[in-house]
Amino acid sequence: MEIKLNGLKETEEFGMKLGNLLKTGDILCLNGDLGAGKTTLTKSIGLGLGVTDYITSPTFALINEYTGRIPVYHFDVYRLENVDELYDLGFDEYFYGNGISIIEWAEKIEKLLPKERIVLNIEKGKDIDERRIIITGYGNRYVEITKELEKN
Amino acid sequence: MLTLAIETSCDETSVAVIKDGREVLSNIISSQIDIHRKFGGVVPEIASRKHIESINNIVQEAIDEAKVSFQDIDLIGVTKGPGLVGALLIGISTAKALAYGLDIPIIGVNHIEGHVCANYIEHKDLEPPFTCLIVSGGHTYLVQVNGYTDYELVGRTRDDAAGEAFDKVARALGLPYPGGPIIDKLAESGNKESVEFPRVMLEPKSYDFSFSGLKTAVLNYLNQKQQKGEEIVVEDVAASFQQSVLDVLVDKSFRLAKERNSKKIVMAGGVAANQGLRTMMEERGKMENIEILYPSRILCTDNAAMIGAAAYFNYKNGNKSDIHLNVIPNLDLKG
Repeated sequence: MEIKLNGLKETEEFGMKLGNLLKTGDILCLNGDLGAGKTTLTKSIGLGLGVTDYITSPTFALINEYTGRIPVYHFDVYRLENVDELYDLGFDEYFYGNGISIIEWAEKIEKLLPKERIVLNIEKGKDIDERRIIITGYGNRYVEITKELEKN
Repeated sequence: MLTLAIETSCDETSVAVIKDGREVLSNIISSQIDIHRKFGGVVPEIASRKHIESINNIVQEAIDEAKVSFQDIDLIGVTKGPGLVGALLIGISTAKALAYGLDIPIIGVNHIEGHVCANYIEHKDLEPPFTCLIVSGGHTYLVQVNGYTDYELVGRTRDDAAGEAFDKVARALGLPYPGGPIIDKLAESGNKESVEFPRVMLEPKSYDFSFSGLKTAVLNYLNQKQQKGEEIVVEDVAASFQQSVLDVLVDKSFRLAKERNSKKIVMAGGVAANQGLRTMMEERGKMENIEILYPSRILCTDNAAMIGAAAYFNYKNGNKSDIHLNVIPNLDLKG
């Protein structure tokens, strides 16, 4: 499915709604160019997950951890040169751990991602503040989430 | 008093030996030595498990270069956070083993506190209180330093770090990594008033920073120019962008210094090596009668010497960790 978001307020509403739907073990992938709004969207999803800290860019640290109603692992694999480095990070302990994994630039590590996941591709729209979000759920759990998001 | 310090919070594996908190006897940083020749492997650039491969060698190298023996060491200092859990654990485990084996005290240090303490090494007479701006690829903090172990975190970035904004804009301009030094250089010959990029000050009294919107503004500008087929003058974009970042950093640093009556503003972190930032801070410092200090380039980057300095001052102040010391990935300055 595809939705359009105009400005920060609509992004926040959407992100919070998505955050509310997430459970332990969920994998959420974000793709989009520099400045598309991946971290901004993650901030809103964090609000829906009850994260009270500022969610900042994980580009440098590669992984930031937050405490919401469940742990939130915020990845950014932008800086990784090859997928082997992800093994060195112990990524599987996060993906199959007790929290929610949100992965920016996920397309760079496609092969290592769990098969079942929800993928959000963010594209810039015609206006400067407009974004198109293309949402694809892989696996029953994520098809359900997509349907929930489609409801209104 | 000799402190052996270990820093493994992110990419670099670093070990140092420090005398009395201010004098560097050795400061080994993994990415700077010829690991290919020495250890016959690939340099550990990224994270956790690769720190393991080099940590023991680097500890030995730090001891050798300092021309001391393990028995001469009085204190172990180690970064406890913030950083990557796995990476931090390597440093902490090594530090604990050394402290236990040598039967000497161990102190867990906040990485950000370490950046501040790099200045005690560089400036032998520097004493608190002062205002400190910590800017790097991963961190942007404004801290009021009231004592050697008394830090007040006043401002931080709410999205991108200052250095990260430089790197990402550099990438958009087709410049190589790391982008900070290149933008700094290009900016010297560019017109900083040619493009009007936003200065994000946030709420009137806030000392927090936000650089994500500026990054997006630069990207939008570049896209529009390309769509219209207009020429992009890289030097002018670099200068205008850099000025937007510097205006905010300088303005907030001086606002805090004046609010707290600081006579000194101290800089730390990789972006403290930016010539544009240094010049602007120093010019404003002359006007406001505030002294500007910053460490040499090597002490601006992630390194263990600064952790050793921080550990020493914590020890002098009666702080001590024990064998149950653990990593704290999201450590704020109070932790």
